[in-house]
Amino acid sequence: MQYTLSVLVENHAGVLSKISGLFSRRGFNIDSLAVGVTNNPDVSRITIVANGDEYVVEQLEKQLNKVIPVIKVKRLHDGDFISRELILIKVHCAASKRAEIIKTAEIMQAKIVDVAPSCVTVEYSECTSRVETLIDLLKPYGIREIVRTGTIAIDRGNTALSV
Amino acid sequence: MISGAEIMVKCLEAEGVKVVFGYPGATICPFYDKLYDSSIRHVLVRQEQNAAHAASGYSRCSGLPGVCVATSGPGATNLITGIATAYADSVPMIAITGQVKSDLLGRDVFQEADITGACEPFVKHSYIVGKTEDLPRIFKEAFHIASTGRKGPVLIDIPMDIQLNEIESFTYPDSVNIIGYKPNTRGHAVQVKRAVEAIRHSRRPLIVSGGGVLASGVKLKFQAFADKTRIPVISTMMGIGVMPSDHEMYLGMLGTHGKPVANRALHDADLVIVCGARLGDRAVAAPDQMSEGTTVIHIDIDPAEIGKNVKTEIPIVGDMKNVLNMMIDEIGDYVVPNQWQETVKGWKKSFFRTAPTFEGFVEPRALVAKLSSMLRSKAILVADVGQNQIWCANNFMIRDGRFLTTGGMGTMGYSIPAAVGVKFARPTRDVVVVCGDGSFQMSMNELATIVGNDLAIKIIIMRNHRLGMVRELQDVHYHKRHSATVLQGDPDFLKIAEAYGIDHAEANSNEEAEAIIKDMVKSDKPFILVCNVYPDTPSI
Ligand SMILES: Cc1ncc(C[n+]2csc(CCOP(=O)(O)OP(=O)(O)O)c2C)c(N)n1
Ligand SMILES: [Mg+2]
Repeated sequence: MQYTLSVLVENHAGVLSKISGLFSRRGFNIDSLAVGVTNNPDVSRITIVANGDEYVVEQLEKQLNKVIPVIKVKRLHDGDFISRELILIKVHCAASKRAEIIKTAEIMQAKIVDVAPSCVTVEYSECTSRVETLIDLLKPYGIREIVRTGTIAIDRGNTALSV
Repeated sequence: MISGAEIMVKCLEAEGVKVVFGYPGATICPFYDKLYDSSIRHVLVRQEQNAAHAASGYSRCSGLPGVCVATSGPGATNLITGIATAYADSVPMIAITGQVKSDLLGRDVFQEADITGACEPFVKHSYIVGKTEDLPRIFKEAFHIASTGRKGPVLIDIPMDIQLNEIESFTYPDSVNIIGYKPNTRGHAVQVKRAVEAIRHSRRPLIVSGGGVLASGVKLKFQAFADKTRIPVISTMMGIGVMPSDHEMYLGMLGTHGKPVANRALHDADLVIVCGARLGDRAVAAPDQMSEGTTVIHIDIDPAEIGKNVKTEIPIVGDMKNVLNMMIDEIGDYVVPNQWQETVKGWKKSFFRTAPTFEGFVEPRALVAKLSSMLRSKAILVADVGQNQIWCANNFMIRDGRFLTTGGMGTMGYSIPAAVGVKFARPTRDVVVVCGDGSFQMSMNELATIVGNDLAIKIIIMRNHRLGMVRELQDVHYHKRHSATVLQGDPDFLKIAEAYGIDHAEANSNEEAEAIIKDMVKSDKPFILVCNVYPDTPSI
């Protein structure tokens, strides 16, 4: 089971290492982790996407809550939140294929952000499954390089996570 | 103007610290220089690990966080085992380490060690102090974190320049505000109601007492609860001493090295009330130790412990003190079914065995069973790790005193330094150490600390010339291949005692040992009694 956790933490040096250490120490598997400051400059928000059964998620939430600089832990529920990751894909692109690749990007609503004689770089910001679709579509042309951020996520509707 | 080092001392004074255990070195010298003028007593141990163990013993008997101090690099890394032990045993502790100057941090200079990084898995929290101005807040927070919620060690790493810098003035904060740390101690009324309801419906309820009952300081109230309800009680290693050993409804320690009668009760119970225990694998090893349909009520201050090791139907997060008060109110004049009381009492009789003795040797289980009656009622027994620990756990007849050991970490060498701390916390009590010949040699350097501070600690060494507990494991699981468990080259412990100027004696029978102990407790000096134990004496 895949789950997404939003974690508010004090914005101090060393907090991230406490949290990543906890994951490896307790044998939790993380798919992605993204961190950035919130509207409150003293608070950072970490989004964790991880895998495990109900027991693992519950333990993980509890163990995260025990870390002193962790302020809040919230499990986001499927369908109730919006998630995004950002990806930059450098694709091999002979001049003859350029139009085709640009078309594909257009259909997916991705952006071409750099063009070179035998390459184009595509920028895309979407949920993980859409990102995977784009990668699949571009694979046949020959992918040279991929860079992705971890997933970030936010609840739909009126609820807002704050300290 | 006031220096960081002076502020450190003032913070400790403000926290009411009377004694610290430590070992100096260059990067902690500014602090030691200021400590020299303070009324706080410094106890110089002989290895930093023992400073942490002494702080642990002090803390467990005083109810205050113990404080240990070390220098950077090797001093700090030597502390680690002691810190990890305190963490596993949930003992409140403040560990203070010197660190290289801030501008040298991360450059691998002489005696630099990333001690906060290294201790990350074993501390409740840690700080590297970045500004002298932050010291009062950090000390205040550290003491608060260590001694509230689930207690544990907090590490403060202080670069030398932070100790030397001077600032305008010192004020100690009178409150803390840590946004991410608000332990829930209250206990949930609805859950307590559910728990009491379940107890009423149960035919064979059983209480498992853990270290949390002692940490919460509710021993007497807990005893009153057990007395009144007549619910049988078993305990974990850390919970020994919650009940007087001879209490009619107390069955002893559970687990792989516990009492058969305690395990039998656990197996037959239809409801188990776990009080402040994590139930590690030594406690509940085999899944069939508890029966399928057993209802589990788990009371713990640490929500992460509930449901971690055993499936729990009724979780109650809170301080034992509060939850117990609520339970007492709720349960009224409930008394456990008579039939269950009688069954348990019957087992107690039928499971009782006296240990066979071997000519020319001390029988350690029989000796430990007698020990308490030769001590004053509030005596504190500190057991080390190994067979000696199990002999003590299962046979010491605790009355109003304490039984200390490291149940969580099982660190050999704990007993002697821990007893040093205990004696500082409880100078008027009988403090007795029981250790093995292996564990004795892991901390016999602390005999100097005992002598140097005139501590009347009585040490009983159970000499079997073996790492007995491991050897026993080899007997059962490794075809009696005694790989590295025979102690060769051991010194004459009596001569060691003599070298330190400690009174000493040797016993080859229980009569001899008992006669010596009766004399030994009369003196206000330390004593070492070497008991020769038959090497194949089993743990249980
Ligand atoms: C620091 C440390 N090292 C190793 C062990 C593993 N260990 C557990 S019991 C034991 C034997 C202890 O020997 P001794 O102190 O002589 O006690 P005995 O079992 O003989 O009573 C050992 C080596 C441990 N618990 N702690
Ligand atoms: Mg031994």
